[in-house]
Amino acid sequence: MKQNKVPSALTIGIARGGLEIKQFLRQRESVVYTLAFPIMLLGIFGSVFTNELTDGVTFSQYFVAGMIASGLVNTGFQQLAIMIPVERDFGTLKRLRGTPMPASSYFIGKVIVVFATMVIQVLLLLVAGILFFGVNLPTDPAKWLTFTWLILLGSAASTSLGIAFSVIPKSGRGASAVVSPVVIILQFFSGVFFVFTDLPAWMQQVAAIFPLKWMTQGMRSVFLPDSFAAREVAGNWETGRTFVIILAWFIAGLFISIRTFKWEQDK
Amino acid sequence: MSDSGNVISVRGLKKSYGSTQAVAGIDISIASGEIFALLGPNGAGKTTTVEILEGFRTRDSGQVSVLGIDPSIKGAPARIWRNRIGIVLQSTSDAGDLSVSETVAHFAKYYSNPRNVDEVVQSVGLSEKSGELIRTLSGGQRRRLDVALGIIGSPELLFLDEPTTGFDPEARRAFWALIKSLRDSGTTIVLTTHYLDEAEALADRVAVINHGQIVEVSTPALLGGRATSLATVSWLSESGPKSERTDNPTAVIRKLSEIYKEEIPELTVKRASLEDIYLEMIGGVHEAE
Repeated sequence: MKQNKVPSALTIGIARGGLEIKQFLRQRESVVYTLAFPIMLLGIFGSVFTNELTDGVTFSQYFVAGMIASGLVNTGFQQLAIMIPVERDFGTLKRLRGTPMPASSYFIGKVIVVFATMVIQVLLLLVAGILFFGVNLPTDPAKWLTFTWLILLGSAASTSLGIAFSVIPKSGRGASAVVSPVVIILQFFSGVFFVFTDLPAWMQQVAAIFPLKWMTQGMRSVFLPDSFAAREVAGNWETGRTFVIILAWFIAGLFISIRTFKWEQDK
Repeated sequence: MSDSGNVISVRGLKKSYGSTQAVAGIDISIASGEIFALLGPNGAGKTTTVEILEGFRTRDSGQVSVLGIDPSIKGAPARIWRNRIGIVLQSTSDAGDLSVSETVAHFAKYYSNPRNVDEVVQSVGLSEKSGELIRTLSGGQRRRLDVALGIIGSPELLFLDEPTTGFDPEARRAFWALIKSLRDSGTTIVLTTHYLDEAEALADRVAVINHGQIVEVSTPALLGGRATSLATVSWLSESGPKSERTDNPTAVIRKLSEIYKEEIPELTVKRASLEDIYLEMIGGVHEAE
């Protein structure tokens, strides 16, 4: 008689994570789009807008903080909301569903690939920021603590929202046309490409609903001097509120993902 | 296993989509170790039936047992059940950035008792392509990879949905040999196909399904009274081609051999092909495909 002890969800999930990273690195388009494109943007914006915002803070530094926050959205939300519809269209998901692999392993694999690409992206942006745009690493341990929870909670929210959003594109081919504009508009609204407080009030209010605005503000609290907090909307970094809002989005994304995830495209 | 050794047993299966009844009360019993083919035109309820057996779809009513388990099972017991089953879907086109052996080795990790990766790759005839990326494979090679992924977990039961679509004749023969060898090693196989010659070459029994109901279940040789159907004897007479429908072709040939002392010109004896019988059963050519 055969043994019926199937491998644990975690074991399979870790194997899936390794496989997904391998696939990611072999897809030149995804490497360029997810990893190199933000660096190119950083180079362009950082070189064009060199003006100082206040004493000792250049727009480049402001922009680097925003791009690191965007990195959480690119590697989680954007990557998954494009990749999952493609896998659904190709029948990859249906095939997996026909195996003893549990759904949780699939999501563990996604979390691993998002986390790996996020770490690579944030490191690349940080190194570029430090080398070329005068970004200084914080020395205050409290700021590193903020940085750590921002990265973890931010990419968790981004991942859960990416999975939730993956039901929206009607096909794999059209996914990036549906997802990318959402990300780019959010970046404009959330103070990545422009100084947030220079944006029209309505834009600020719209952005304040979504998590990217809070991620960028959080990253500024890490990488800009505390004196700059006076130039934020509330006149301070609003760290507590940032935590609560990103956490709320994470939970909402998780809830929607569990309720709406589809293994097959509706015919 | 329940139901006296049957791997699959279905009683009164029904499924509707809105007002359309896709499956209208189907009974099937599939025994251990047989290749069972489901034939039927598109929209006949074939895919719905198979997907209910595979646990991909829910049913409205009826009893279904696959390896003694109800396929609507969820959670941990569903994993143990899936561990014993292999499914080769109709069309999968994964992003092909992994090699053949990487993919097969990865899927092996899902099962409690996987087969040897190299052996499986070899058995589907992909040894030479083992290190190549999937995206460099031809359609037929991809299909064989699909089968490799279906059998890597050493399933007791294998579902094959249109497995040889897009194969060249040589690849089909090789594929049939593979399927037969799986059956000979004890795997029960449920095959859906559009190719009647495939059903004839492989299946121990075929079921013809139309309008959501089973029209007949039989061996390929006996389906639709094929064995006792009239034969057609054709030959070339001096006045042109002639043919005679008869239930005793030997007698006709004996008579002809007296007329033509030597060879009877262009002599053929043709019985109804499985395809002829099938098309008759499902109500004519216009409904097929």
